[in-house]
Amino acid sequence: MVHAAPGGPFDSERRLPPAIEENIKEAYHLDESLPKQFYRYMRGVVRGDLGPSYRYRDFTVSELIGDAIPVTMRIGLLAILLALIVGISAGVAAALRKNTLLDRLVTGIAMIGISVPVFVLAPLMVLIFAVTLKWLPASFAGSSGADRLFLPVVALALPQVAYIARLTRASLIDVMNSDYVRTARAQGLKTSSIVRYHALKPAMLPLVSYLGPTFAAVLTGSVVIEQVFGIPGVGRFLVTAATNRDFTLVLGITIFYSAMIISLNLVVDLLYAFLDPRIRKR
Amino acid sequence: MSQQRSKTASRWIIPALLLSALALTACGDSGPQLVQGSVLNRGNGAEPESLDMHKAVSTEANDVQRDLGEGLLGFTPNGELRAAAAERWTVSDDGREYTFWLRQEAHWSNGDPVIAEDFVYSFRRLVDPATAAIYVKSVADVENAAEIVAGDKEIAALGVEAVNQYELKIRLDHSVPYFLSLLTHPSTFPVHRGSVELHGTAHARAGNHISNGAYVLRDWLVGSHIELTRNEHYWNNSETAIDRVMHYVTPEPMAELNRFRAGELDTTRTIPPESFVQMKEERPEEVRTSPSLAVYYYGFNMTKPKFANNPKLRQALSMAVDRDTIAYEVMGRGETPAYGWVPDGTANYDPRRFSYADLSSTERNQTAQQFFREAGFGEDNPLTIELRYNTSNTHQRIAESVQAMWQEVLGVETTLINEEFQVLLANIEAKEEIEVFRLNWSGDYNDAHTFLSVLQSDNPSNLTGYKSADYDSLMDRAAGQTDPGMRKAFLEEAEEEMLSDHPLIPIYFYVNRSMVSRRVEGWGDNVLNYHYSQHLRLAAEE
Amino acid sequence: MSIFKSVIRTIQSSRTVTVCAAMLLVIAALSLLGPAISSHSYFSTDFDNRLLAPTLMDQHIFGTDELGRDLFSRTLFGIRITLLVAVVASFVSLGIGVLYGAIAGYVGGRVDGIMMRIVDGIYALPFIFSVILLMVAFGRSMLLILIAIGAVNWLDMARIVRGQTISLKQRGFVEAARLIGVPTSGIILRHITPNLLGVVIVYMTLAIPQAILMESFLSFLGLGIQGPQTSLGTLVNAGVSHMERASWLLVIPASVLALILLCFNFLGDGLRDLADPKGKT
Repeated sequence: MVHAAPGGPFDSERRLPPAIEENIKEAYHLDESLPKQFYRYMRGVVRGDLGPSYRYRDFTVSELIGDAIPVTMRIGLLAILLALIVGISAGVAAALRKNTLLDRLVTGIAMIGISVPVFVLAPLMVLIFAVTLKWLPASFAGSSGADRLFLPVVALALPQVAYIARLTRASLIDVMNSDYVRTARAQGLKTSSIVRYHALKPAMLPLVSYLGPTFAAVLTGSVVIEQVFGIPGVGRFLVTAATNRDFTLVLGITIFYSAMIISLNLVVDLLYAFLDPRIRKR
Repeated sequence: MSQQRSKTASRWIIPALLLSALALTACGDSGPQLVQGSVLNRGNGAEPESLDMHKAVSTEANDVQRDLGEGLLGFTPNGELRAAAAERWTVSDDGREYTFWLRQEAHWSNGDPVIAEDFVYSFRRLVDPATAAIYVKSVADVENAAEIVAGDKEIAALGVEAVNQYELKIRLDHSVPYFLSLLTHPSTFPVHRGSVELHGTAHARAGNHISNGAYVLRDWLVGSHIELTRNEHYWNNSETAIDRVMHYVTPEPMAELNRFRAGELDTTRTIPPESFVQMKEERPEEVRTSPSLAVYYYGFNMTKPKFANNPKLRQALSMAVDRDTIAYEVMGRGETPAYGWVPDGTANYDPRRFSYADLSSTERNQTAQQFFREAGFGEDNPLTIELRYNTSNTHQRIAESVQAMWQEVLGVETTLINEEFQVLLANIEAKEEIEVFRLNWSGDYNDAHTFLSVLQSDNPSNLTGYKSADYDSLMDRAAGQTDPGMRKAFLEEAEEEMLSDHPLIPIYFYVNRSMVSRRVEGWGDNVLNYHYSQHLRLAAEE
Repeated sequence: MSIFKSVIRTIQSSRTVTVCAAMLLVIAALSLLGPAISSHSYFSTDFDNRLLAPTLMDQHIFGTDELGRDLFSRTLFGIRITLLVAVVASFVSLGIGVLYGAIAGYVGGRVDGIMMRIVDGIYALPFIFSVILLMVAFGRSMLLILIAIGAVNWLDMARIVRGQTISLKQRGFVEAARLIGVPTSGIILRHITPNLLGVVIVYMTLAIPQAILMESFLSFLGLGIQGPQTSLGTLVNAGVSHMERASWLLVIPASVLALILLCFNFLGDGLRDLADPKGKT
């Protein structure tokens, strides 16, 4: 599809004399027919070579993606973790009907998360916390240590909190109304122990199935976050690779993401089996 | 019993999983290493596509390369030519042969001396078809260069010769008055032969790169930064004040500005128009601007009969654009309205202006309306036009302004289409549907030729498709002149001729604008916007 | 009919939901009346009055942007476009998703298996990527934006519909219809689909905010609506760069956007509680 798009990776308003264009095409094998290019590429992939990047000409795609993945993963996982912790607590609190200040506060934050797009939130946070208050660094590259993770992770986590909270709340209510919980209650167990030992695990089930979309949403958000905070992750490659017509990078990213999603599905299936003894017994 | 145990065990597994995930992600988080010495943090803009002298084209890459290497000549902070790798030089009377004597105390970062052979090797690599270099332009006039690139002659035929270890001769096809300034461009910098032969395309990577410039490449983290450290073997190392330079990748102007304001950057690549007034008010001494050799324009597709056969229409459309408003209001950073093609500040040249540059806006609009009617359009014969530009907030704003202006003054209905840059270029080349397009042109060197050559009919970068025999002949005659005064006269006449034909609508001349922190000294405002790190100093901390 | 009655009942049941539904209607109505209310057009520039704060003078009650265009009329226009895109795109994904899910769920067996594998496969591609590639390959137009968002969003709908169809399949009236001899297509169209309405309505109220956010994300990437037309997402994006000096350019469109998103979310919550009080969906 990228080849279908007009333009190539070496276009600029300074048009190249034909001789130079030819030389470039030859060097990057762009003069060969598409099937031949594809074959050449696949042969490389099998050997673990994802080809050179057309836009970042001193690097290979494997290097680019390889360096960028851990960065994105770290921030993404931290964000998901944060969202889970905050979201689940909020959901539990809401389900148990505690109208405390904390509950309201968290609900308020959740509201912001779903109604303010992340490309507004992130620059706003930078403006407030980094430029005006100078509490935290404005970018990832310009600083070191855990400080620089804070703003990006929070900005990324915020949109997810509301959904996770809502899901937890609904699921927990459902479980609390189920027969065996009612039995436990009739036996005189305290609510807190009920929640901890009997209700929480099965209540997590719907959350697990939501992990997939959560991951995808975090990935989308990371495109914005990486641009605002200057983070050398995979997110910004998503957009720029296509617009730069960097064919090999596009393919490399697609392969990587598919691999990620497939492994994630595996993890999800495993978690399901773990959480729901009924499935395990089968 | 077993149920109890499994419940207890399972209770701990999830928290354990979470904790280990947390630990995995949190550890290994090291930022830039803390090293002693002074550090300059520069916002460099978009990611450089390469640091290989022969493969890079963008300004962003060139700026880093100017710290990582040195050519025969360079510029001073004020934009004047200075000797660099070459100590002195002579030019033959016919202007076709240059002889350079290299600095004998110049060394590569591994201790090797910089010799004439290095330059010969590098120039040959530049024109070698196998290198697939893009910016061959800087040596295009060297004897046999064009033929070698096309594969018609062998590389050794290039008119560059090492007379002895420190003497270099370059022969040109014809006299080129601005040739010396071409030798400041990174594509003419020497590359270290041993390194290239050993590492091939990876020679410009940290750890492999051998530099003859003021700095060495220490690290390059794509998407984040390029780290340079002092080259102890640089011949002028004692004058280099700053030990480490960080070129940060800052593709987004607003984010870059925020980083500057937060104290993380000392200099920026640009200043977003929306924040310019605010910065001028809050930090006036840190806002640095200078006229720039670049023009923003709308081009006509001159292969379309609609435009090609109707010069009055083109003139009407051009006159109806209120350039003052666009330059001073919509942009407002010091940009100047462009009533001509070649910018002010171009060396050895007096730029031409449209005949109507001094009319009041009412007069200008009235004349525009008159031309429009004479062109055959009006209420009974309305005109719709399509305007294309590449995606950007600024381009959109200007396009919308021009749309409104054409509507108000001439009653023209304009359809706006924004496209990605590559798509826009492809459409311009195809010359089918496209009518009016937005582009800019920046000068590669400080001479009017870099602007005027674009409109010659055989220039591949002539994107409007303008073909004028008169213009071409004037340009040819200028090229044939050795007398600078005569050359200037011909060039000016050519510009005058072209402007009256209106193949394009110049809108404003760019301005270089950067935020430069108070603690940075030595930043000279120059037209080419070259700011070598080796000329900069950091004021002592309080 | 009963479905609509229960929807109305739900809306009346909770005050939050009533308020939300009402607000959405008011916003939509205002945007449709737009040209009649405001005295300025959404595209006319006025370089003498750039970046005006909200003021009663000249009836720029929301102020002006950097080209002097009235923000009030632009906001109304933007609401119209945003709602249009969101609703149409959701209908597109609804159409595809319902059909796909119903067929997969009803036919079952290997066909179901294959169809769901395909869904999983498409799920594996990050949707932003697909949208970007689509826009890059086929150019920019409002139509394409609608199709792109819709085409990428139908997956969840398909899954939910399939699940619902499977449970419906076991119910009596389906068996009865089959015994009578109604053809499969008839069963799918006339029996199953209407009963999916509940789930579908619920999902729509959640899909619409998703589509709105997706559209603003596209604007962020520069792939959104072309000027001088605008959407709330585009306005918000443009407003971000004026956060400090002309904050009304951000605050006003963003608040409207937030309001719309919140209302749809609450509405969806309320409807879902009605349709599925146990929260099993």
